Amino acid sequence: MMKLTEIIKKPFRGLQSDVDEAESPVRYTVLRRKIFALMAAATLIPLLAMAVLNYYEHMTTMSREIQNPLRVLVNKTKNSFELFLTERSSTVSLIASAYTYPELADENKLSRIFSVMKKEFKGFVDLGLIDEHGTQVNYVGPYALKGKNYAEQRWFQEVRIKGKYVSDVFMGFRKFPHVIVAVQHMTEDGRTWILRATLDTHQFERIIASMSLEPDADAFLVNTQGIMQTSSNNYGKVLEKLSFALPPQTYEPAVLSMVDPLGRDVYLSYAYFPEADFVLMAVKPRGSLLKSWYTVRGDLLFIFALGVVAVFVAAYRVTDVLIGRMKESEERREMALRQVEHSQKLSSIGRLAAGVAHEINNPLAIINEKAGLMKDIMVRGGEFTAKAKLDVQVESILRAVERCRGITHRMLGFARRMDVSIEDLDVGEIIKETAGFLSNEAMHRKVDVRLEIDPDLPRINSDRSQLQQVFLNLFNNALAAVADGGRIVAMAREVGDNVDITVRDNGCGMSDETLKHIFEPFFTTKKGKGTGLGLSITYGIIKRLGGDIAVESEQGVGTTLTITLPKGQREAMA
Amino acid sequence: MNAKDWKILLVDDEREFITTLAERLDLRGIPSRVAFDGESALEAIAAEEPYVVVLDVLMPGIKGLEVLERVKRTNPLVQVLLLTGHGSTRDGIEGMRLGAYDYMMKPLNIDTLIEKMESATDYAMKAAAQSGKNEGQ
Repeated sequence: MMKLTEIIKKPFRGLQSDVDEAESPVRYTVLRRKIFALMAAATLIPLLAMAVLNYYEHMTTMSREIQNPLRVLVNKTKNSFELFLTERSSTVSLIASAYTYPELADENKLSRIFSVMKKEFKGFVDLGLIDEHGTQVNYVGPYALKGKNYAEQRWFQEVRIKGKYVSDVFMGFRKFPHVIVAVQHMTEDGRTWILRATLDTHQFERIIASMSLEPDADAFLVNTQGIMQTSSNNYGKVLEKLSFALPPQTYEPAVLSMVDPLGRDVYLSYAYFPEADFVLMAVKPRGSLLKSWYTVRGDLLFIFALGVVAVFVAAYRVTDVLIGRMKESEERREMALRQVEHSQKLSSIGRLAAGVAHEINNPLAIINEKAGLMKDIMVRGGEFTAKAKLDVQVESILRAVERCRGITHRMLGFARRMDVSIEDLDVGEIIKETAGFLSNEAMHRKVDVRLEIDPDLPRINSDRSQLQQVFLNLFNNALAAVADGGRIVAMAREVGDNVDITVRDNGCGMSDETLKHIFEPFFTTKKGKGTGLGLSITYGIIKRLGGDIAVESEQGVGTTLTITLPKGQREAMA
Repeated sequence: MNAKDWKILLVDDEREFITTLAERLDLRGIPSRVAFDGESALEAIAAEEPYVVVLDVLMPGIKGLEVLERVKRTNPLVQVLLLTGHGSTRDGIEGMRLGAYDYMMKPLNIDTLIEKMESATDYAMKAAAQSGKNEGQ
């Protein structure tokens, strides 16, 4: 039982382990072969079983249908033979009982009786009366056999013992094949005599002819010693030895399949006679009988072959599709894995960059302050010999600090790109909160900050802290631009698939020249007060979040910045 | 508004940085005190009630944001300018949420710092005056 389950599991186990392991193209070839074989086997085995069963079922049925008529025919013909012989022997027996010995010994009377017999029953050749010593005392027939003594002949002995006798076919005195029917009669005074009739075998031929066999078929009588009693087309003339061995004895008609002495596959149908020493045989070549079976077999084979071809084609196609899908999904899985790996790598590089940038900032701040202090001292300390030279050195240090700031800025920009965390959020709330951070300064400078946020503004998928940074930058810029008592208006509304946020101020505005550069890093109009990073960072963030930023400005009138953010997260452009 | 009256407290664990900054402010006539950790900063604030505290976010011990939170609870009129690492705006934004007046990134531009200090001191003075008025009433 264990072995059977092992056998069933084996090909599947092969499939499973192969899917997870090796990655070479050889694996797909092996897998393809296995799946193909499995599918073909799963389909072909039942098909083959069906075909074989069908074949044998059909063959059995066909052979039964062929053998049955043969059996019936042999039975009917045997009955005809038996009837023929019974009728003839009964007639002789009746005459022996109906007439006395002296009547039968009378030549005229016997001649009249014989002529009536011949008229009523065909096949009688002659009729003779034989006394207890075997001498034929009276005879009617075509031969001069009166006075012949049969005491030494076998049939005479047999009839003396059995009282009735039907002979095999033999030549005897007449020199042509005939059959003897003899009946012994006993008179009241204890004398015995025998009435004997001869039958010609033409009647046998006639009965066989009535079987209406095909030209290649054959039927004949043979005795139990294998001597032909009638002529056969293929197996010997009358009284010759049958050219094959006798089949086993059975009184019921039987059918055998055999190869005859001519080398043909034949059906032999036969039956032994219970009352006489005869066997009736009919031989039919199987080829002609099985012609229809061969046609059916051909059809079966053709359909089976067609089925096999169809199974192979289907299995091949299905395997092809299956392997294709497998390859595709594995490639997709690998790509996804690579992407995850890549983004993890980038994210850790990002964290490292941020860490380095932060660590560098503190010593950088010290250098900046120390150099600044040196500059301050030199400015306030009056003239000394190396002042000009030292001035140049301090300025050089301060420029180097600026360069370092640029480097850490770029590193942090990169880190930030790796650090986008998307969530479902309410932009209106973020704008309100960020504006709240600046309320102290706004109040102090009496700047009117108005928020016009659409109450039905949809939630969007974006990064909360990066959006806060953007809005903080925009509000800071607006606050820097407006004079005390100025106005800042922030609006948010839905436009198609996006949310538009506008921050408008009535500040100093910008020239066209300034507008061209405002998104560039380190560009500032705050004359040494700003970092020059605010809008370039804003621009980078908005692009990363799949949005856009636009600016309109007029000198002396004010500036309007419009940010467009997608409602759903789009592929970042950074 | 005379810079001598500003009452500034500078807090950073980077002693070199913060003492140099204090010296530079002093050269500009702006007196300031320094503290090197959160705890001494909180003590100084409680004792002297400065108008403006310049507070580094990253410090060992009590962190800058915690100091801010406590100051806003105990001395709400004190205005806090946060110092963060350059580009680290998250801490700045978090500080704004907790009530910081503004935040600045290291390395500093001293002129911008002084501008913000002035603005914050002005705001704190006015708020104190307002509060005094309210208390008087």
